[in-house]
Amino acid sequence: MLSYIIKRLLQLIPPLFGLTIILFVLLRISGDPIYHLVDPEASAEEIEEVRIAYGFDKPLIEQYLNQLKMIFNGDFGNSFRFKTPAMPLVLERLPATIELAFFAIIISILIAIPAGVLSAIYQNSLLDYIVTIVSTIGRAMPNFWIGIMLILLFSVFYKFLPVSGRLEASSFILPAVTLGTSIATTLARILRSSMLEVIRKEYVITAYSKGLSKFNVIKNHILRNSLIAITTVFGLQFAWILGGSVIVEEVFAWPGMGRLILKSVLVRDYAVVQAGVFIFALIVMFTNLLVDIIYAYLDPRIRYK
Amino acid sequence: MKIFRYIKSSPVGLTGLIIIIFFFFIAIFSDYITPHGPNEYNLRMRYLPPFWAGGKIEYFLGTDQLGRDMLSRLIYGSRISLIVGIGGVIVSMILGVFLGLICGFYRGITDAIISRIIDTLMSIPFILLAISIVGLVGITGDDSLLVIIIVLGLTGWITFARVVRGEVLSIREKEYIESAYAIGQKNSFIMFVHILPNVMPSIIVLSTLQIATVIIAESSLSFLGLGVKPPIVTWGSMLADGRDHLATSWWLATFPGIAITVTTLGLIMFGDWLRDYLDPKTKNT
Repeated sequence: MLSYIIKRLLQLIPPLFGLTIILFVLLRISGDPIYHLVDPEASAEEIEEVRIAYGFDKPLIEQYLNQLKMIFNGDFGNSFRFKTPAMPLVLERLPATIELAFFAIIISILIAIPAGVLSAIYQNSLLDYIVTIVSTIGRAMPNFWIGIMLILLFSVFYKFLPVSGRLEASSFILPAVTLGTSIATTLARILRSSMLEVIRKEYVITAYSKGLSKFNVIKNHILRNSLIAITTVFGLQFAWILGGSVIVEEVFAWPGMGRLILKSVLVRDYAVVQAGVFIFALIVMFTNLLVDIIYAYLDPRIRYK
Repeated sequence: MKIFRYIKSSPVGLTGLIIIIFFFFIAIFSDYITPHGPNEYNLRMRYLPPFWAGGKIEYFLGTDQLGRDMLSRLIYGSRISLIVGIGGVIVSMILGVFLGLICGFYRGITDAIISRIIDTLMSIPFILLAISIVGLVGITGDDSLLVIIIVLGLTGWITFARVVRGEVLSIREKEYIESAYAIGQKNSFIMFVHILPNVMPSIIVLSTLQIATVIIAESSLSFLGLGVKPPIVTWGSMLADGRDHLATSWWLATFPGIAITVTTLGLIMFGDWLRDYLDPKTKNT
């Protein structure tokens, strides 16, 4: 197991380097990067000063190596909007984003597991059709619109939940439900199809024929094996979940990382955008690592490949 | 044709196809079927609710904060969704299919490099990447549509590349590819004449589903204020406008969302059906 974890950790190195290259290219995509790092009203002398301070007067390869050094020190430069280092600004908002993602995932699991299990067991029943229809519609709905409709319903028509912000204890409900339902539709669909695959396996028939109760077979044999498939998909979908949180945070004025990045993009405060994209990507990479380790733990066949 | 006889027996696929045809129809013939112009305003008719909720029949779905007709704007908005959806998918399809073919066919170092790029891009949330690029490139009025198409195309190619790569890896081991080599055919000929047509069904299915993804992404960008600029009407920007008037005028944010949902629903239903049709193995799963 340890050798597997080490191997998997080493595999993180290429995408990490790739990420630094992407950040490097992103900053230069629209011409001179200096204008993303200084105040729009800065004078020519100030611009020259920053240019030299950041080393933008040096050759590209040297600039890249410098940036690499800065990234390893967690230094992404200063935000011109806040006049403070960018990285702490992003990290400050990390807990809010994690909190939102956490509650959303809990909600999605609470919805998706019963829905997926029941629709697989009662395949082609009325219940199965309802689950399939609802999850297909859920796939088609943009999550920001789900959010707006929930605000309309619960905060405007029936005023019992706060519209936005993160001040009251109940403020997380609407954003978490918005993000959670959009994850749940995907999760339920995948759980259903992976369960349908497992249901037809021979060991399930064996389990029934040795006289186990239906509940036992479903819980210990079918669901457990289907969850392995869900774990992988979950890892792959995680980037997408975090992407959804960017928009959901904006809809509900949730003070998280996504909203900070968005606001920074709009004023071209690039240091913050760079730091934020970096942290988002790190979270996704390490979640995938964690998922792979859990997966290897659940399914020993993976470890010995 | 066989496919038409086949789709008639599937209510899901047929519904999807009808929605898609309807969507194309209103997008192409917007100029002839809308009762009002997309930006034609009438301040005396502001905030008019839909006709069944006390509005006027000539403004069927009500009016917005400037007295512009919701129905007409929705119809014109379908154009942008259609153009960006198809345009974005064409860009990512060309790029993704080409790179996927090369990766799966040549393997080795080319595959290793491109696969690492894909791994890296997959760790950055799609919408976050799109937001950052659009924000940095900056959007000015005239070329905003083109910028959005290119950005969404450039961020969406990895899906195509991964699927194509995987399929090519298995196809290249087939016997008919071996025979093609044996009779001395060139690599490029084998790649485009023998392998590509066999990957085509997956590409067609994926394209249909990707159009839905791109339409949602485009409306997200417009909603966030990073999309196509006015006076061009988009569903996402209508939703963003409507959000500011939620407390007084529910219809402003409701109808654009329904338009997006129904359109993507049609594409997803048709795409799912198409996948089952082209690959009988996945039926019932």
